[in-house]
Amino acid sequence: MAKRLCVELLLAATLAGCATTGGNPADPLEPFNRAMFSFNDAVDGAVIKPVAKGYRAVVPGIVRTGVSNFFSNLEDVWISVNNVLQGKFQEGFEDFGRVFINSTFGVAGLFDFASDMGIQKHNEDFGQTLGRWGVGSGPYLVLPILGPSTVRDGSAFLLDTQADLVFQIGDVRTHNSLYGTRAISNRANLLDASSVVEEAALDKYSFVRDYWLQRRRNLVYDGNPPREPEEPDDEPTKK
Amino acid sequence: MNILYFSLLALLVPVAQAQELAPDVLVKSITQEVIAVLKQDKDIQAGNPKKIEELIDAKVLPHFNFTRMTQIAMARNWRLATPEQRKDLTGEFRTLLVRTYSTALSNYRDQAIDYKPLRAKPEDVEVTVRSEVKQSGSSQTVAIDYEMEKTPDGWKVYDVKVGGVSLVTTYRDTFSSEVKERGVDGLIKSLAAKNRQSERERAKSSKT
Repeated sequence: MAKRLCVELLLAATLAGCATTGGNPADPLEPFNRAMFSFNDAVDGAVIKPVAKGYRAVVPGIVRTGVSNFFSNLEDVWISVNNVLQGKFQEGFEDFGRVFINSTFGVAGLFDFASDMGIQKHNEDFGQTLGRWGVGSGPYLVLPILGPSTVRDGSAFLLDTQADLVFQIGDVRTHNSLYGTRAISNRANLLDASSVVEEAALDKYSFVRDYWLQRRRNLVYDGNPPREPEEPDDEPTKK
Repeated sequence: MNILYFSLLALLVPVAQAQELAPDVLVKSITQEVIAVLKQDKDIQAGNPKKIEELIDAKVLPHFNFTRMTQIAMARNWRLATPEQRKDLTGEFRTLLVRTYSTALSNYRDQAIDYKPLRAKPEDVEVTVRSEVKQSGSSQTVAIDYEMEKTPDGWKVYDVKVGGVSLVTTYRDTFSSEVKERGVDGLIKSLAAKNRQSERERAKSSKT
């Protein structure tokens, strides 16, 4: 279902792109994206954010950390695969070690002992793997509910969802309630960041877009992106 | 009482000493000082934004170069601005960044901050101070890097990178499309309007 929705969305986005012109070359679908962004913002304000706030107010911190760790541990499996696909065998091996340690000593992932032992968590997904393989990000694309993405990352996300361990669970009710819990837990972790964005942004849409595109680029290159050609007047000689 | 507290802190760290500090030591000591105040001050914990701003004003702002930050955010449009407009832009942008920073600080809850060893030669005049913040409730860390330059008044921050992304350049597109549509004065007006709106919201929420 989610897959079909995404495919239809990509189609819609492509069609919308034909009829529009945008100011930013990375965002030719701006009118469509802006509409989707306001829709997401409205849904977030009406439903997701209040639930996440309630979750944070009611559920004790130690339990929230456990929930977050549990899903993070499941994620590490696919992160490991992506590191290997990108030829980063050492990182892939570390991720595998994290899953092993946290699933056993960490009681099915509720505790993140691996981080305490100094085995750091990585941030990988199939979109980043494609980026590493040289696939350009394509136009910026705001997905319904899921938020900022690009055509490359949105397409790669289809594979990410297939590989998602929660998705593999056959029982629909279990799998839906896990999806819901994960979404709320993730949103609750972002409550502080989103309040900062409200203060920071002159235009929230373009602020989030520009941050997101740079952030993804940074992730693809694991924190060391090649320098973009600087405009000559970016930083004129200092006084 | 708090004024007394601030002046006591100020006595403990004389300005002359701050000038001689290495950039990473400077960032670390300021952060520790600010966190120590955050943890003790009851008004700040109750969410008093004025108090947080006073704290930032006293402790953090002297170590930032806002003119350069505005210049980077303006990119090529900096040339279009008159000296008067540059002053206004810097002032409004500074207010916006301070408020953003104080919102971020008011969310602070015992996150552990880890400083990376500084990789710089003694003769360097620009360095990056790297730190990692471990978020509570999540095993992901957020990298926060400070781009710093050496000036006669000690080291100054001219950009902050969150997750590897420059906060200042994130404003570039917004600024340039604003200037394209409404000119430099239009941008100054938008910034001022945003600042006033946030102030009103803040006044409203502190009354309720």
